[in-house]
Amino acid sequence: MKLIFEKSVPGRHCDLLPKCDVPYAALPEALRRETAPALPEMSEVDLSRHYTELNQRVHGVNCGFYPLGSCTMKYNPRIDEDMAALPGFAGVHPLAPAYAVEGCREVLDTAARYLCETTGMDGMTFQPAAGAHGEFTGVLLIKQYHEKRGDFNRSKIIVPDSAHGTNPATAAMCGYDVVNIPSAPNGCVDLDALRAVLGEDTAGLMLTNPNTVGIFDENILEITRLVHEAGGLCYYDGANLNAIMGHVRPGDMGFDCIHMNLHKTFATPHGGGGPGAGAVGCKDFLQEFLPASALMDGEGRIQLRSFAGNFLVVVRALTYLLTLGREGIPEASQNAVLNANYLMRRIQGSFDLAYDRICMHEFVLDLSRYKAETGVSALDVAKSLIDYGMHPPTMYFPLIVHEALMLEPTETESKETLDWAADIFRALYELGKTDPETMHEAPHHAQIARPDEVRAARNPVLRWQK
Amino acid sequence: MNYPNELKYSRDHEWVRMEGDIAVIGISDFAQDALGDVVFVNLPQEGDAATAGEAFGDVESVKAVSDLVSPVSGTICAVNEELLDAPERLNEDPYGAWLIKVEGITGTEELLDAADYQAMAEQG
Amino acid sequence: MSYIPSTQAERQEMLRAIGVESFRELYRDVPQEMLLERPLDLPEGMSELEVQRVMSGMAAKNRIFPTMLRGAGAYDHFIPAIVRSVPAKEEFLTAYTPYQAEMSQGVLQSIFEYQTMICELTGMDVSNASVYDGASAAAEAAAMCRDRKRRVTLISAGAHPDTINTVRTYCYGTGDELRIVPLKDGKTDPEALREMLTPEVASFYLQQPNFYGQLEDAEALGALVHEAGAMVVMGCNPIALGILKSPAECGADVAVGEGQPLGLPLGFGGPYLGFMATTTKHMRKLPGRIVGETVDAKGERAFVLSLQAREQHIRREKASSNICSNEALCALTAAVYLATMGPEGLAECARQCMAKAQYLREGLCAIPGVELVYGGASFHEFVTTLPRRDEVLAALEAAGILGGLPIDEGVLWCATEKVSRTELDRAIAIVKEVLAK
Repeated sequence: MKLIFEKSVPGRHCDLLPKCDVPYAALPEALRRETAPALPEMSEVDLSRHYTELNQRVHGVNCGFYPLGSCTMKYNPRIDEDMAALPGFAGVHPLAPAYAVEGCREVLDTAARYLCETTGMDGMTFQPAAGAHGEFTGVLLIKQYHEKRGDFNRSKIIVPDSAHGTNPATAAMCGYDVVNIPSAPNGCVDLDALRAVLGEDTAGLMLTNPNTVGIFDENILEITRLVHEAGGLCYYDGANLNAIMGHVRPGDMGFDCIHMNLHKTFATPHGGGGPGAGAVGCKDFLQEFLPASALMDGEGRIQLRSFAGNFLVVVRALTYLLTLGREGIPEASQNAVLNANYLMRRIQGSFDLAYDRICMHEFVLDLSRYKAETGVSALDVAKSLIDYGMHPPTMYFPLIVHEALMLEPTETESKETLDWAADIFRALYELGKTDPETMHEAPHHAQIARPDEVRAARNPVLRWQK
Repeated sequence: MNYPNELKYSRDHEWVRMEGDIAVIGISDFAQDALGDVVFVNLPQEGDAATAGEAFGDVESVKAVSDLVSPVSGTICAVNEELLDAPERLNEDPYGAWLIKVEGITGTEELLDAADYQAMAEQG
Repeated sequence: MSYIPSTQAERQEMLRAIGVESFRELYRDVPQEMLLERPLDLPEGMSELEVQRVMSGMAAKNRIFPTMLRGAGAYDHFIPAIVRSVPAKEEFLTAYTPYQAEMSQGVLQSIFEYQTMICELTGMDVSNASVYDGASAAAEAAAMCRDRKRRVTLISAGAHPDTINTVRTYCYGTGDELRIVPLKDGKTDPEALREMLTPEVASFYLQQPNFYGQLEDAEALGALVHEAGAMVVMGCNPIALGILKSPAECGADVAVGEGQPLGLPLGFGGPYLGFMATTTKHMRKLPGRIVGETVDAKGERAFVLSLQAREQHIRREKASSNICSNEALCALTAAVYLATMGPEGLAECARQCMAKAQYLREGLCAIPGVELVYGGASFHEFVTTLPRRDEVLAALEAAGILGGLPIDEGVLWCATEKVSRTELDRAIAIVKEVLAK
């Protein structure tokens, strides 16, 4: 379809502002812009149709199945949007006087109470704008803690090789050397490998549990004990929190701080890439290191961004938390685990499971044998799913499984959706054995055929030009 | 796969050709094949130091990035800037598309001849 | 209520299909001693109607001011109806990051269009798909300018206090130094800057207009920085860019800014939008997602996430930034806003902001006891002295007007196109009345 710039017609516009009712001010010549920005010139109907056309080329979780592993694509309730749009929230200036923002403070305090109780933490900040931003905050808590004690020799953060890329990237942003440790054959932390790297230079460990292959690490208490014994702290990556809410808490596993992705676990919409919100919780002894806003709260603390964070995302998450409440929160997790296990068993017998055991909220298929036999790769299967209107699972992650497809159905999918999805996987399994060519060329009925990513990277075209 | 006999190879899949006192360095045919379509090369600047066993740059494919590890220590005296605009040359002609030249060589990793390198590379 | 469609009977059927007796068995890898054997200490769940009551009750505890004369990093602009409606569409709203290009062309194209608009607005060559907000954009820009030899970052004392503190925090992370360039008469002191531009300086961050509303001589300051071999990062107000010299015209190497004025509500501070653009030369150092144009297997135009080898999921600990999720929906909002305003609408909006601020400034400064603190050219913010400050601001608030922000130097006022002359006259009259008592 055409770009908005290609639809632009000189002279078209929308009537938005009244005539200026005060005299114009003069901008000194030296400060004036020389060339006007070539923004689109559109009527409102042009705009409405353009964005409707674009919107028809988007697949959201509210429109169909989206089993994107590690992303917790659960249904985004509409009431959350209504609450975030209330003028009493949307119209609040972040620097309004304290008496005028009591409702906002109540939202943040209530959300903090719910999330502390759910994770076993004592304090919470909502300043981080996303998961990775939360990781950065959490590891800075660890850094400040060691330095406050006068311990400047802790230079290393330990990260398992199954971790998300954000974990090692975060550690590096905090000035730490990253020590990658290999996983045990069952995908969990290899205790011997951990022991071998722990020492006086250990600042901390970053871990998610259940881990990225969807397995709860049963040695978790031993892991966090070993790290603490070496003088390090334990950071919990909340990417997989949706498996365990109300059943087991990171704080009870021995973690000292944690980030949560409100846009995953707490059902706030991801908006095609953001905004998210990365709430960070910590145990009491780390509370003094939590961030603040220089302008709102005064100097002296770390700060990750302006003001108090993605507040309207917190409003949505709180609406969701209040709705679920005491029984609904654990129920969501256990049904997320139920759905994942059910889908896994329904697919089993076609593609290989990377780990054949009870999983948590997600599981990994290993297509390396299938690819060797048929030539059909995980990519081919993923692309074939698109023709059925299903968003593909996460591909080629975690890195410890080759030809990986990682599925996370979440609790908001019905049994018939899971049956439908499993039947498609099974059908594709058969198709690849007889007609691999069709799958190499998939998708066949999508918005586009496979894009040429090599061309995009070699000759970057990153903006429209006349 | 092509392994020219006149070159020496490192275990990190770089080749080395000596031109007098200067070492010319590139990546092997095996390496370019494993990388797939190369889309960008991060290269150092002339005058930078190269250290044997350490990265002097990296090479990107669409979904991966790999360090370029120097087999020798010395001073980088030339950089093949043509590759910045035409990284595909590394796929098309890996032994023609050199990366850097190093002079004032003070140390060298243990290098393999073509047959030993081929054996190492293809055994994985 | 938990948005789970399956019935109890279906759940039992699924448990049987898995081959377990109970939900408890699904958690058998969790060591017994860790299982939470009590209910969460939280209230019971609520129906939608109850939740709506509770949340609306909290919203009602906030005080909303119909007239806003406060900015300081969050600006109350007019938001056209279509700018609200487009990002509320179910598909845009509930999609994840466009990892699968074949089913995400709408998101990808909208980002590509956003990138183009940011390039047009800033005059730069390349924009990313957004970062968290203006302050973190400044911090990311400073990080992208540092190399092995040049590690020190300079920032003008005229930057927003939250920006300075955020850049300081990012520098603390990597162990790098931040030095603050002082002001003279409310603007960056060029002599001080010249002296601070030592060979280890990587970049200088300048906010335009600065926190005090003053318009900096960005071109001249930038020239000093370039003479010293360092890079110029400019933090811009995007509405002002409708009429103000663009960062590219000022010679900036990186342009960043807070995109909130482009159609995003105040929302007690977020979600906002960090925009970030640079020159082709520094393209591969730009953090975050970038969408590129290519063709598909049939030769048709297609958009993809591009240059991904810069990013954390590939480069891991060698990535210069860990950013993953950004503010895509806010970027979409900004793009719809810019397309709705168009070049002339944006310029008119900027002119009206300036005009209203001038009217307010002149009206306030005609009152005995109220004086302008910094006299240089300004955009839509300015600082005045204000006797009996708390009393005056309280009187304004009682009349539904949020006055300027109290700061050390006095009061930082702001006016946008949204306030009418009538509202401004009323505000001026109230200040006059209180001070005449």
